[in-house]
Amino acid sequence: MATQHSRSVARLMMAPAVVLLLGWMLVPLTMTLYFSFKKYLPLRGGDLGWVGFDNYVRFVSSSSFWPAVQATLVIVGGVLIITVILGILLAMLLDQPMWGQGVVRILVIAPFFVMPTVSALVWKNMFMDPVNGLLAHLWRFFGAEPISWLSEASMTSIIMIVSWQWLPFATLILLTAIQSLDSEQLEAAEMDGAPVLKRFYHIILPHLSRAITIVILIQTIFLLSIFAEIFVTTGGAFGTRTLTYLIFQRVLESQNVGLGSAGGVYAIILANIVAIFLMRIVGKNLDA
Amino acid sequence: MARAVTTRRKSLNTILAWAVGLLIFFPILWTILTSFKTEAQAIASPPIFLNFNWTLENYAIVQERSDYMRFLWNSVIIAGGSTILGVIIAVPAAWAMAFVPSKRTKDILLWMLSTKMLPAVGVLYPIYLLFIRLGLLDTRGGLVVVLMLINLPIIVWMLYTYFREIPGEILEAARMDGATLKEEILYVLTPMAVPGIASTVLLNFILAWNEAFWTLNLTAVDAAPLTAFIASYSSPEGLFFAKLSAASTMAIAPILILGWFSQKQLVRGLTFGAVK
Amino acid sequence: MGRIQLKSVTKSFGDVQVIPPLDLTIEDGEFTVFVGPSGCGKSTLLRLIAGLEDITSGSIDIDGADATDVPPAKRGLAMVFQSYALYPHMTVRKNIAFPLRMAKLDQAEIDKRVEGAASVLNLTDYLDRRPGQLSGGQRQRVAIGRAIVREPAAFLFDEPLSNLDAALRVGMRLEISELHERLATTMIYVTHDQVEAMTMADKIVVLQAGVIEQVGSPLELYRTPRNLFVAGFIGSPKMNFIEGPEAAKHGAQTIGIRPEHIAVSETEGEWSGVVSVSEHLGSDTFFHVHETGLAETITVRADGEVGFRHGDRIHLTPRADVIHRFDAQGLRIE
Repeated sequence: MATQHSRSVARLMMAPAVVLLLGWMLVPLTMTLYFSFKKYLPLRGGDLGWVGFDNYVRFVSSSSFWPAVQATLVIVGGVLIITVILGILLAMLLDQPMWGQGVVRILVIAPFFVMPTVSALVWKNMFMDPVNGLLAHLWRFFGAEPISWLSEASMTSIIMIVSWQWLPFATLILLTAIQSLDSEQLEAAEMDGAPVLKRFYHIILPHLSRAITIVILIQTIFLLSIFAEIFVTTGGAFGTRTLTYLIFQRVLESQNVGLGSAGGVYAIILANIVAIFLMRIVGKNLDA
Repeated sequence: MARAVTTRRKSLNTILAWAVGLLIFFPILWTILTSFKTEAQAIASPPIFLNFNWTLENYAIVQERSDYMRFLWNSVIIAGGSTILGVIIAVPAAWAMAFVPSKRTKDILLWMLSTKMLPAVGVLYPIYLLFIRLGLLDTRGGLVVVLMLINLPIIVWMLYTYFREIPGEILEAARMDGATLKEEILYVLTPMAVPGIASTVLLNFILAWNEAFWTLNLTAVDAAPLTAFIASYSSPEGLFFAKLSAASTMAIAPILILGWFSQKQLVRGLTFGAVK
Repeated sequence: MGRIQLKSVTKSFGDVQVIPPLDLTIEDGEFTVFVGPSGCGKSTLLRLIAGLEDITSGSIDIDGADATDVPPAKRGLAMVFQSYALYPHMTVRKNIAFPLRMAKLDQAEIDKRVEGAASVLNLTDYLDRRPGQLSGGQRQRVAIGRAIVREPAAFLFDEPLSNLDAALRVGMRLEISELHERLATTMIYVTHDQVEAMTMADKIVVLQAGVIEQVGSPLELYRTPRNLFVAGFIGSPKMNFIEGPEAAKHGAQTIGIRPEHIAVSETEGEWSGVVSVSEHLGSDTFFHVHETGLAETITVRADGEVGFRHGDRIHLTPRADVIHRFDAQGLRIE
């Protein structure tokens, strides 16, 4: 509700952000589309002409395509499940009265501040190294044979590392949401004779649904494009090649820009499917 | 909650929460501890926790091998520059969305967020090419612009949610009091939104600081920030735990310290303004 | 000076017309109250006058000059908002000085005017506090202070008392009335509370669904409501409406009789019924009477000493000279 004048001013004020993002979206997108229809090998002859949908067909029919899609989904899904479940438990724990709550909160948030390259390196070498890693020591202490994490349990390892980075975020959002729960509601349920589990299921969980949606949304945005964690640890080997990483390899390692661009278009389509789905949910939440 | 909690229960909570908290923090703690060990102590079996000879030699070696200050300075410029630029562009946009909403406001906001979902790798080569053409490759300016653009949707979104908490009547009062739009934003909106803006700035500074796709792919030497500094330890130097730890500590220390001092704003910012 | 004239003003949000063509003149120095149920368009009308919303068609004149396209700041009007809309990061002094600072007055003049307003409003001791440290009533006075320093052509109040508790509300009502007496500036005051309207106004504008139902002095509205809506809205407790044969006796579709115009008796009267609830206020007693055969409930206002109780059968007699008659369209029959 406002005047004509303020509406036109508003449009003017939004213009820089909108124009910049539109450019940021359209220019590279158009170029990617353009390259995706070309045979383009910068180090082996450059632009070798139009090839129609060749790159698209080759990218999908490549034996690495479906495993990459699967790896992407497994990592995103795995991290989401772990962070949401542990996040809820942790948030409920942190919501309890205790001494030194502030310090504990800082300890829990800290992994979020660690840059992905650092956390990947530290986990890879100091924890997951099959000889000198701390986990190997731990395994030996219990008399078990140390695992060479990143080759034998590569997916689990990456999911562990990424979950460690994102658990703080999930916990914090869910904690904030739990703290906003009206304690009278819980007390009323207690008066009505609802046991602890029922109270969790019927009152706490529905109250958290919005926060959980937000956690899933924001994490998915970031998780779909995780790169450094794989770049530093397995380099895409041992079945951890995500779609992002596959395209990266096509473009920069094998210098096949046309093929990589076609892959990029697929990735964009995939991301948009996820985006549409998520935007619906967020759109609903925006009104609330 | 107006209910008395028994000391026993509180003690149990405290022990459990501290145990979990320390477990989560442990990798960072371990890295910091290891950075002060000698290489031999770092891989000693069984692992040594505290009773080792504290030494700073790893830091000296790391500094000698690669000029830490240069990477640090690049990180500060890139993260700081992209955040400030982003906020300057986002404040007017968020003002418009929060206080002059139209039917399309929601769509625009969602569209902006959706650009964030555009897989970076899908547009890597075009950007790479553009950077070469424009002479931006391996320059701080180029990275400032790119990181600003990837974080702009989040900055707009966060500022929008903070601005929406400010009652529109106050801005209307300013308008009635004769303030121009510039004065309204400068003297009324911005001071009232300082906590929200601070949270936004902090969070985006951290996101930009830790960004490791564009910073790795668009820099070589001159503009390389700490993400590149640390990536150079991926192998085989990574096997030298003590030096790796020293380098890691140097890379994350600025953010950990910043986070420690601005806890309150950060906690608020970390929720992306999405949850109150 | 502050004569405000609305000429066939309309307002639409999208396809919905919230204010159909409306004409209204507010004379200089008049205390005008817009009153009506929530959603009647009274606040929208005020915001149109303020310039915070565009009018869809028609024109607004302030002191004879067309102000339709003049931005809010240049209309010379001051507004007090429902939420007070104080700037929380500024002290009381800075809040009051803000419009003067925006008008680029020199500092000495600003100080003089702020001190003046503060002493009028008993805020002198609070000038260096922030709004968060003040009580509701004090915040209200700061908002008024911010309005008066500008020496506006007219004051606009948007439900300014609705956030105060009942006792404070009565006090502030008096203060605003006194302020009007002293400044003699045009004031337009929006409220949904007919008591505020009756006690403060020189002129009341009753609105419903964007349409002006009646304009008049408080007593005109009380004595000669133009239609059923105004009759029911003005006066507390509400006027009783009776339809059917009893109304037909007076040659009307509906007759209305105010609770205070009905006499009660234990023994005799025109009508009779059973007391359902009696509310003793000390000075008055309200009886809600059922089983009269006239209407669901007839409300009667009697002296505080009258002591009927639940279940008592009583007799009622309306004062014949103040029976309001309405036709089938709900309009008053003279």
